Order: sequence, then structure tokens, then C-alpha cells
Amino acid sequence: MNSVVNPVAATSSGIQIVDVHRHYQMGETLVRAVDGVSLTIPSGEFAALLGFSGSGKSSLLNLIAGLDRPTSGKVLVQGRDLATMSREELAKHRLRTVGMVFQSFNLIPSMNVLENVELPLRFAEVDRDKRDAMAREALERVGLKSRIRHRPSELSGGEQQRASLARALINRPQILLADEPTGNLDSRTGTEIMNFLREFNESMGMTIVMVTHERAIAEKYAGRMIFLADGKLVDDQRNTPTTARLEVVR
Amino acid sequence: MKFYDVADLALRNLRESVLRNSLTTVGISVGVASLVAMLSLGIGLQQLAARHLQKSGLFDTVFVTSRRDVRNFSREQEENGPAPADSPALTATAVKTMEALPNVAEVYPDIRFVTEIRYDGKPHLTSVAGLPQSGKSSDAMDGMQGRYFASETALEVIILKSFGEQLLGNVPKQGAAEPTLAAVAGPLIGKQIVMQYAERTSSPEEVAQQDTSGLPPEVAADAAAYSVVSKLLTLQIVGVTELNPDGMRGQQGARVYLPLKLAESLHVLQPADLRDAGAATGNEATYSTVSVRVKNPKFVPSVEEAIKKSGFNTFSITDATKSLRQFFAVLDLFLGIFGSLALAVASIGIVNTLVMAILERRREIGIMKAIGASDQDVRGLFFAEAGAMGVLGGILGVALGWTIGHVINFGTNVYLKRQQFPPEQVWSVPWWLVFSAIAFSIIVSLLSGLYPASRAARLDPVQALRYE
Repeated sequence: MNSVVNPVAATSSGIQIVDVHRHYQMGETLVRAVDGVSLTIPSGEFAALLGFSGSGKSSLLNLIAGLDRPTSGKVLVQGRDLATMSREELAKHRLRTVGMVFQSFNLIPSMNVLENVELPLRFAEVDRDKRDAMAREALERVGLKSRIRHRPSELSGGEQQRASLARALINRPQILLADEPTGNLDSRTGTEIMNFLREFNESMGMTIVMVTHERAIAEKYAGRMIFLADGKLVDDQRNTPTTARLEVVR
Repeated sequence: MKFYDVADLALRNLRESVLRNSLTTVGISVGVASLVAMLSLGIGLQQLAARHLQKSGLFDTVFVTSRRDVRNFSREQEENGPAPADSPALTATAVKTMEALPNVAEVYPDIRFVTEIRYDGKPHLTSVAGLPQSGKSSDAMDGMQGRYFASETALEVIILKSFGEQLLGNVPKQGAAEPTLAAVAGPLIGKQIVMQYAERTSSPEEVAQQDTSGLPPEVAADAAAYSVVSKLLTLQIVGVTELNPDGMRGQQGARVYLPLKLAESLHVLQPADLRDAGAATGNEATYSTVSVRVKNPKFVPSVEEAIKKSGFNTFSITDATKSLRQFFAVLDLFLGIFGSLALAVASIGIVNTLVMAILERRREIGIMKAIGASDQDVRGLFFAEAGAMGVLGGILGVALGWTIGHVINFGTNVYLKRQQFPPEQVWSVPWWLVFSAIAFSIIVSLLSGLYPASRAARLDPVQALRYE
């Protein structure tokens, strides 16, 4: 086991989580989804959040995404505390600072691929005549240029996830948050998606935080593996991605 | 989000569940239609009533009599004004002065006399009156058989149906059906009648010679001098009407009408002439009553005041249109409230549709929020959907209301025709009603959208994304 990486001093460009709790009431029981986690992810890192279901990894990801607020503690992203932001500011954070990819792709079924990818540009109030070119460029990046007029239901899982990757990239965020991005894909298309994530991390310097329960995937691609159990951080390891090594050998 | 994008996404969402949204829109349009139909009926009835009052000439006419006509004296008049002997007579000169007053549309003397009319060799005694050319627009002329006078001096008459029956020798039998207007008018129009009348001619010398013999010269000089000559005039019947064109204007309705200018030119001896024969009025003809029509009922008091100042008695009916307007304002209000009930029901339909849409699109709202949509964006989207249904419903509703109004109007006229009444416009949709109905529909829809929109905006994205 590699040594646990201690939280480094706050960097204004990364993610810093300080003693974060996220509790919620479910019937009569109090669920401690995130229970006192402190963690720093520097800018440009590819981090994997690992754990069994219910370990709190997705809850932590939602807190970083600004989709949810902590019960207590601080979530600093690029120097700004999400816990104190207004709903409006959180929306702006989700629009500009982070991009999200989900296990179930979450494309809007009534829109075609191009429209889905363009949607964040509408929220960002980008001019109509610029949007089309930007969306096409993002789709070209994920190799989906030929199927832009298809609706999500007409695409394979891999294609849908690539479309959702293009959508996450469109506003050029510094951080990409992926919640089980390969969970609904077969291993070949899963690899395809993971290769894109690695490429964004390496060539664009994007910070990537990926939730997964498959250790093998984390080992293959992530530079750091953070283990959670019952809402607590249990292990934090540095990792040398195996695929990178393979490519070097080849 | 920019306005274009909000509108684009909203219309897209409306198209996605086209049946439900169409039904909601139809609901709104029915509401708007009922509002438009109710109000346009109220407005139409008001215009109808106003039109009839206008036509009756009751509220835009000042009746002028001379104070010399002491028979008409009331206490009030006696107290304010010159003594009867000092006040002016109603002469042609006085009529000219009244015509020159501001806001006066028309002044015409009331010329009426009882005389004998011969038709088919038989004499008939009746009352004859002069009718101005403006009488053409009177209610009584609606449904008249034949035509109005060709000119103000044409040798033509219009007679009442009852007089026509008399001319034809029809004695109404008890219980028998009344003959139709056309049946009476048919054999009479175009026929000629001969009217015998007493003409007043000025022949002072002749009269003076005859009358002053044996009297002191002062008496002869002071007396008005004219002679009365019996004359005959042949006239053509051009019209037969059922209603009295005098309306409520004259004290006693005449049964035969001549063009006013013709009647004036005949110089028929008037009752006032005899009355004034002993007074110092000179040779000018005098009238017992003059009708002054003003341009608008609201000018009646000022014109009446001006005429009173010159020493005449006046009479007018207080402007009843004011209380009429008040009555219709209340009627419109009630019709509006009833019409709005349907719109209120429709607005509940909008709330229901949008709340359903939130449930259905919960995940979609979650996705939009996750990729950066603000509360404002989501609220705007639902608001725009409500607004779009309001615009469409409003336009459709006005069209529908307009159609309903047309049908009501058509039905009413069919009924009126069966009852042998002239057609009427009982329904009216002014432009302001069209625009305010659409605006009202949009406002109601937006208000209905408030709750669903804010509910959608407050949706927790984590919860929404979990929703399948």
C-alpha cells in the first residue's frame, strides 16, 4: 500500500474539503452519508473515489458538484466555499466550473444529440450563431460527429456517454466529475470512455474526480485512489496508472 | 437564459405533450370566449339602447314655446322672466337666432293643423304635420313601406297605417287579424290625395279697409292684418308607416305627414296666429312650438339656458343616457364576472397541467440543473409555457367568442324577423375588448403559472436525478 497522502495546503485552483458532513433524515433514522471527510485534490489530478454502495462516494461528488450542500464543513472549489454560495451562484458553479458525467448518461430524450450538447450554452447565454460550431467541435472531440441529429434513444450506450462527455466539455470547465461513467457500459465501450477521460486529464489539464466501485478501472486510469466507507475516508493512495505504463512499453 | 431560448424550449415542451397542452389551451379559449361573448352582448345591448334613445330624439331635443302662450304657464316660469306681454313671439326670426347658437344641429318649427283630406272622392278629417328631412333616420321609418320624401318641398305625403286603413274603407272588425303593413300600403302608394287647408295671406290694405270702418284710426294701425283663404293641394302618397314618426315629440300625433319646408311654404293658419291676431306682432307668422335638436345630449342644458335667456319657455327631458350608462356598467360587470368564472376554471386547468408536467419532467429538470440551469431558468421555462398557452388560448378564445356572438346575433335576427321587427345588432366586439381579452388571458395564465414555476425552480436536483 502506498502511503496516505495528507491534505496539502489549500490551493486556490483545486478542491479542498474540510471536515465535511452530510446528514439527512430518512424516516426516523439519521443517515450520515458523508461523515467528517477532509480531503484535498490539487488541480490537474485524476482522482478516483472508491467504495461499496452507500459508502458516501456519490454524496461527496454531489457536494463538489454543487448539487447539494454540506450539513457542516467547507467545500472549497477554486478557493470558493460552496457551502456559503447562493442557489444562483451554485448554478453558475455547475455551469462554468464543473462538468458532470453520469452512469445513466442523463441526456434529455426529447432533444437530439446536438441540442443536448448545446443546452449548457443556452444557460450560459452564448449567441445562437456560435453555439452550433461549438457543439460540433465538442462532438468531434468525442468522435460523434456523424450522429448529431439522432435522439439519445437511437444511440448505443457508448455513444450516449460520449454525447454526455461532449456536453460536459462544452463550457470548458476545469473540473470533470464522473459518477460511475462506465457503470452501464460493456468493457470495450467503457475503455473507450475512460480513454477520453484520461485524454482530457493529460492534454487539457482537467482535474477529474471519478466515482467508481470497480477498483480495476481506478487502478488502470487514476493517479490517486480515495476509499470511503460509511461516509468516512478510510484510505487514500497514490497510484500509477497501468495503461499509461503499457503505452510506454508499447 | 435569453428570451429566445426560453421561448424555444417552452414551445418544444408544449409540443412534446401536445394533446394535454392543447386541451388546456382549449379550456382557456372557452373561458376567454365566454368572457368575450358576455361582454360583447352587454356592449351590444348598450349600443342598441343608446341608438334607439338617440333615434327617439327625446334626449337631444329642446322644445321651445313662447311665453306669450299663457296656457302653458307654470308658476316657476312666471317667477323668472319677463311678463308674457313683454316676451318675444316664436317667429321665423327667432328660429334663425336659435339656429345660430353653438352645438345646435337643427331647428324646425312644429307645424300641425287639422284639415280635410279627400281620397277617392271621400272626405276624411285628420291632423297633418310637417316632418323635417332628419326624420328619415327616425325609428318609425324602419320597416316603412314605400320611401321617404324625395326633397324638402316635394308634393308628397307619408301616412300612418291606421289612416291608410281609413282611406281604404277598412273598418277593423273585433277579433279579426290585423292586415299587414304591406297589404295596406300596396294599394295606396303612388295614389293621389287632395288636401284642403286654410292659407293665411298678407293683404293689409284690403283688410284695413274692411275692418277699420267705424273704428278710431289708432285701433286700425295697431291690429295685425291678414286674410284667410281656403286652398286645395294635390299630393302623392309615397310611404306608409306603422309607427308615429312624431314619437313622443308632439302632444298629439298627426296621421298625415308633409315635408316640413312644403308645410311651411303653405302658410297654413296656425292656432298661434289667431291668438296673436289681437296682439302687436306684425305680419310675421308665428309657431306654437319649435324643436331645437342639439348635436349631443350633453349640450342640452347649455342650449336650453341660452334659449331661456332670450325669453322663451323651454322643455327637455333630462339626459337619461347617463343613468343608462350606469346601468350598463353594472350589467357589464356582472356579465364579466360570469364570463370570468369559466376563465377561472381554465386557470385551474393550467395549474394542473403544469404541475403534472413537473412530475413528468422531474428528471429533466434535474438534468438541466445539474448542467448549469439556474432556478431562474427553470422558472422562466414554466412561466413561458403558461404564457404561451395564455396567448394561444386568448387568440382562439376571442375568435370563438366572436363566432358565438355572431350566432347569437343571427339567432336574434331570425327571431325578430319572425316577429316582423327590423333586424338589430345586439352584439358588438370593439377592438379594445379583443386586445384586453387576450391580455387578460395572458395575465391569468401567467398567474396560474406562478405556483408550478416556483415549485419546479425549487426542485432539489439530487432528488430529481434519482427519480426514474
